[in-house]
Amino acid sequence: MGKVAMQRPMTTPDPDRLLAEVGELVARFAPPGARLERSTELTSDLSIDSVAAMDLVMEIEDRYGIDVPVNEIADLVTLGDLVDLVARQLEARG
Amino acid sequence: MDIFDKYEGLAARRAQLLGAGTDPFHLEIEELHGPCEATIAGRRTILLGTNNYLGLTFDPACIEAGVEALRRCGTGTTGSRIANGTYVGHRALEAELAAFMGRRAAIVFTTGYQANLATIAGLAGAKDTIFVDSDWHASIFDGCRLSGATVVRFRHNDPDDLDRRLERNPTPGGVRLVIVEGLYSMLGDVARLEEIVAVKKRYGAFLLLDEAHSMGVFGARGRGVAEAQGVEAEVDFVVGTFSKSLGGVGGFAVSDHPRFELLRVAARPYMFTASSGPATIASVRAALAQIVARPELRERIWANARRLHAGLARAGFSLAAPPGPILSIRLPDEQTALLAWNRLLEAGVYVNLALPPGTPGGVCLLRCSVSAAHTDEQIETVLQRFAALSAELSRLERAVAAE
Repeated sequence: MGKVAMQRPMTTPDPDRLLAEVGELVARFAPPGARLERSTELTSDLSIDSVAAMDLVMEIEDRYGIDVPVNEIADLVTLGDLVDLVARQLEARG
Repeated sequence: MDIFDKYEGLAARRAQLLGAGTDPFHLEIEELHGPCEATIAGRRTILLGTNNYLGLTFDPACIEAGVEALRRCGTGTTGSRIANGTYVGHRALEAELAAFMGRRAAIVFTTGYQANLATIAGLAGAKDTIFVDSDWHASIFDGCRLSGATVVRFRHNDPDDLDRRLERNPTPGGVRLVIVEGLYSMLGDVARLEEIVAVKKRYGAFLLLDEAHSMGVFGARGRGVAEAQGVEAEVDFVVGTFSKSLGGVGGFAVSDHPRFELLRVAARPYMFTASSGPATIASVRAALAQIVARPELRERIWANARRLHAGLARAGFSLAAPPGPILSIRLPDEQTALLAWNRLLEAGVYVNLALPPGTPGGVCLLRCSVSAAHTDEQIETVLQRFAALSAELSRLERAVAAE
């Protein structure tokens, strides 16, 4: 049984693809035409406040079937942080 | 760097609000003329934003009970429940609350905020997962943070989303606690408890229900939304407040769990704060007796709610929920909401202004709360003033459209 589970394909997409996908969701909450790079800051560059961040995270949770604990949302600064958090949750889910 | 630099955004927003007229978040009530009228800025004003659902703040029996306790027991307890702050009245109120709510035990807290803080942080620990409705009250959010548990939000009043998240988070080595509110305080919508209860049972999770705005108003005996929906037996913990239908200040939690009272030695917001003063406890006990003795208060608030809801809809306002103790009017943007709030105040009607980030989905609201003590004349006057506001907002809208 354990073997079957281990042979399942990796569910974590490659980092660039994940950045593009998450970026697409982030773009809906950001000003039109904003640059979306790993170093882009969610609050200061994209004006995504704490409430919008909660809604954004919910969109991401639905897209990937994961739960991002609220405790971790407050620590997010950049788009890269968000992408890494999604990657960690996807890995934890297995 | 100054210690307040971190609040630059907040300061700018506050300055903008103050520039529009009266500070909507620190309105000064100069004199009260009963539960539903006051003098504000020198003007006689009808209060439509106070959570005084049953109008008991000026009930003669409640006032007499408070005065008598003040003379007999003094102005304050000067200490916490676990030190010198447990009086006969605290225990009596706990017994009466447990009996009223039909539960094995009740614990009284000094404020409603602390009731959630203490109960949530006392019940949940680092190994547990809390599943909380995304329209949470600040006291629930803060209780979750204080608990150290993993906190997962689910979509507002969405049992299917709760189901998915419970399935994804089995929480080995810990328990799962679901937290919802009976009546949501911003939009005034009611929890879908029957479905939420079915989901929590399937996963063996605990359920905590906050009946702050619904106790005294919903249910055949006024116990709240769980009673109204017939699901009390499936709700593990109920949190409530004294500062709304009971007209005092404080909060409580009740449960049938045999080990519930362990919270008295585990919940820090219970242990390390001064207990409620004797006058408060006595007036709340009298108010609870009024809720039991006078079911007509509930009939009256519902009649007022239906009348006000119908009148506001007729005046062209968009209401966020069906008739209930909280009637929230959606307005298109912050500017309109602020203008409307100031106009109403100038016309002698006080409502609550609710703006993002304090509102779900970033909506701007005029939040009205109905009281059993509102007279027909007061409701009629309020509706006339809202009709005038509606006409003014329409004129403004047309003027903007014509530009």
